[in-house]
Amino acid sequence: MAKSLGPVKRKFSPWTDPSAVPFIRFENITKRFGTFTAVDNLTLDIYEREFFSLLGPSGCGKTTLMRMLAGFEEPTEGRILLQGKDISGVPPYRRPTNMMFQSYALFPHMTVEKNIAFGLEQDNLPKGEIAARVEEMLKLVKLEPFAKRRPNQLSGGQRQRVALARSLAKRPKVLLLDEPLGALDKKLREETQFELMDLQTKLGLTFLIVTHDQEEAMTVSDRIAVMDKGLIMQVATPAEIYEAPNSRYVADFIGDINILEGTVAATESALGAPGTVRIDCEGMAVAVEQECQAVAGDKVAFAIRPEKVRISPDQPADPSANAVYGEVWDIGYLGDFSVFLVRMADGRIVRAAQANVSRLVDRPITFGDMVWLTWPLDAGLVLTR
Amino acid sequence: MKSPKFDATILTLGFAFLYIPIVILVVYSFNASRLVTVWGGFSLQWYRTMWSNAGLMDAAWVTARVGVISATTGTVLGTLAALSLVRFQKFPGRMLFSGMIYAPLVMPEVITGLSMLLLFVAMGIDRGFWTVIIAHTTFTMCYVAIVVQSRLLTFDRSLEEAALDLGCPPVKTFFKITLPLIFPAVIAGWMLAFTLSLDDLVIASFNTGPGATTLPIKIYSQVRLGVTPEINAICTILIGLVTIGVIIASIGTKRAEIRRIRDEHVAARGTT
Amino acid sequence: MANVSEPLKSLHTNPARWLVVAVPYLWLLLFFAAPFLIIFKISLSDTAIAMPPYTPLFQGFGALGDFVSNLDFENYLFLTDDPLYINAYLSSLRIAVISTFLLLLIGYPMALAMARAPTSLRPTLVMLVILPFWTSFLIRVYAWIGILKPDGLLTLFLQTIGIMGPDDQVQIFRTDYAVFIGIVYSYLPFMVLPLYSALEKMDNTLLEAASDLGCPPWKAFWKITFPLSLPGVIAGSMICFIPITGEFVIPDLLGGADTLMIGKTLWTEFFGNRDWPLASAVAVILLLALVIPIVIFQNQQKKVA
Repeated sequence: MAKSLGPVKRKFSPWTDPSAVPFIRFENITKRFGTFTAVDNLTLDIYEREFFSLLGPSGCGKTTLMRMLAGFEEPTEGRILLQGKDISGVPPYRRPTNMMFQSYALFPHMTVEKNIAFGLEQDNLPKGEIAARVEEMLKLVKLEPFAKRRPNQLSGGQRQRVALARSLAKRPKVLLLDEPLGALDKKLREETQFELMDLQTKLGLTFLIVTHDQEEAMTVSDRIAVMDKGLIMQVATPAEIYEAPNSRYVADFIGDINILEGTVAATESALGAPGTVRIDCEGMAVAVEQECQAVAGDKVAFAIRPEKVRISPDQPADPSANAVYGEVWDIGYLGDFSVFLVRMADGRIVRAAQANVSRLVDRPITFGDMVWLTWPLDAGLVLTR
Repeated sequence: MKSPKFDATILTLGFAFLYIPIVILVVYSFNASRLVTVWGGFSLQWYRTMWSNAGLMDAAWVTARVGVISATTGTVLGTLAALSLVRFQKFPGRMLFSGMIYAPLVMPEVITGLSMLLLFVAMGIDRGFWTVIIAHTTFTMCYVAIVVQSRLLTFDRSLEEAALDLGCPPVKTFFKITLPLIFPAVIAGWMLAFTLSLDDLVIASFNTGPGATTLPIKIYSQVRLGVTPEINAICTILIGLVTIGVIIASIGTKRAEIRRIRDEHVAARGTT
Repeated sequence: MANVSEPLKSLHTNPARWLVVAVPYLWLLLFFAAPFLIIFKISLSDTAIAMPPYTPLFQGFGALGDFVSNLDFENYLFLTDDPLYINAYLSSLRIAVISTFLLLLIGYPMALAMARAPTSLRPTLVMLVILPFWTSFLIRVYAWIGILKPDGLLTLFLQTIGIMGPDDQVQIFRTDYAVFIGIVYSYLPFMVLPLYSALEKMDNTLLEAASDLGCPPWKAFWKITFPLSLPGVIAGSMICFIPITGEFVIPDLLGGADTLMIGKTLWTEFFGNRDWPLASAVAVILLLALVIPIVIFQNQQKKVA
């Protein structure tokens, strides 16, 4: 499996290089449909060869943003630059981008071969070259035996690959993928995610993917933009998005997390420098080691991922560690993990996840047990937004 | 990519083409002058002439009765035919059956009319009121079958299965579940059958007999003699009746739709 | 579960279900299929015995032998002898082909414009196309007489706007042109609706995909939209072509003496000359000419259903 993944990407981070020139630039883009603002004064840079995800719930403007890049919608305000050139007003059929549609949009009256050749024929390439390119594409997506079939004679996964081949055939500068795996079942989806990454590295193209599936975005992307209501909430690598979300929205949208509202009690460092922040979460004292812009008295939230919370029947020996005491209220057995819902004296619930490292079915902790939840100072986060 | 202006122009021209002749006809039925090209002022005199024309009124009465009876029998037969086509995938002669449903839709009326007449003659049946009804039933049932069939094809069979599962026998299930749900289509089929019967000249001409002159036959014999405002008047009344019927039907469906949306709203609020 | 739905699918389990099929089936066999056999038989009989007052045809199966020995192709020979009938056939086909083409030419842009209109507007547009169909065919054809007559409204209109001199008149009424206008007018809804339903079903993302792959809109129309609407084109064309070929009312009311159409000929033979066998022979040949289009139409309908 690992071999088929192709060259491993190392140290690919042009966004950290201040001299790098963005490949695509959305500049103060606003898009309104009537009174509804789909995209609100948004600025975003995407770099060459990047695998970039737009992630958000439906209606957050991610698809509109992509359709503006493809040319199906024109921005109400702002401009889009592709390799430094403003592409406003260029119709979709003259843009060097290609799109893989959510519905695949395969032409039902053409064979697989004809579908893949369609874009090449529009460029009036010589027949022989078209045939060669189609063959190459069929090979790339492993569909050679199906060249003469019509789309309705293919399975969902095969159709998805035809759509991919068709959009790649013209060697676009940017490939746009609109929920490309949405119609596939879970297993096939996971496989295809790796194939996509493999293809992207091999072909050296820039991929822009729209998805509402956070796992998909985490798996395939170099960077993710989390969107909500036409705004970008955070742009970062998958690990940063997960481990250092910048807001309650992003923290809550990606993965599972405990969020407890509270007030900053004290900061033991100068403003903006790393140090310990003490938060009073409605009677529960929590200490976090973090660089923080908040000062005493600020309303903030304390957030911690369940897998970073340790659960134990015994009181922790180290008195400086964060610890809360509660009753096991419910247990969710997920196979690889068990999630414990622990109810504190005031009724608030904190979730702790524990990897099931042994095959033992009888767990040492069960419903109704009184337990201690502990976590180190650097496990949680202070969210100011 | 889309050209709304071009589209709007085409639609305007197309609908103008479809409606101007009808509008002219209606307007000139109120013309005091006998001449088509001269507007002699507003008048209802042609309606009075029409009203006192006994032959025309008789024909209208015959047509109405033929329409109601043949539309009703045609709707029953057509609904059964639609059920047969949708629900029974296999029976002997199914090909022939579906062929006989579709063929009358496009068959030139002169052929249908003539062939049916010859059947009646061969069977020694005197032509008249009832032969027209049989002829109309035969071609209208096919239209009804098509209308009802399209509704049945989207019918959720699990509703019937649920009724059967709850202990309702098949025939009862049909009347309690299936029929109420396809009823709008059945009504639409009836209305279509009724207008087709009202409209038919050729088939009725072949199959009618003494004392069973329908309105189209009457109108046709007068039209051949030239345009008369009296015919404009009766045409206007027919157009008016049909328009009222269509408006009532569309208000009915719109109301049902509004009620459904409102119910869904209430239901949604009730659950949250 | 399977047992519950089974009785609905199978005819064999419940004989009462036969009635559902049998009643409409027998009705159509008796009143639609059987008449064609009779028309075929009469077309082969002598004028004398088939003219009213006229002996019933069914004289038991014993008569079948007589029937075969009396087969008479005289009517068909007569049809081929007299150029009037051949010309009427050819003229009908010509008029039907031209009208169908004109209908496509006018109906397609209309259907396309309807399919591209905002979703909220579409039901109203469909309603507007259907509405004239609910008003009498005869009335709609009749309305054109008042417009097309030499002293009719079209002349008046053209004179008023100055295209025509006060003494000129539109010489369309009682010509083939009037027949074309009447046919296109009467059959337009039948052409627009199948086209619209084919175009409306079309997935708009296909056009976006074509555009995305470098295909300009006018080219995308011929490469994507038109090929995908072909079922609608065929259905609409057949629904119009077949009845137009046998059309009687329009050529009779709007056409001239020299407008030859087979439906009119049949009518004249039957009602004018009272020659039933000849009228039947005309009908049989008309039917034979329409078999292929009717089969195409039926296949199309089956695919839709």
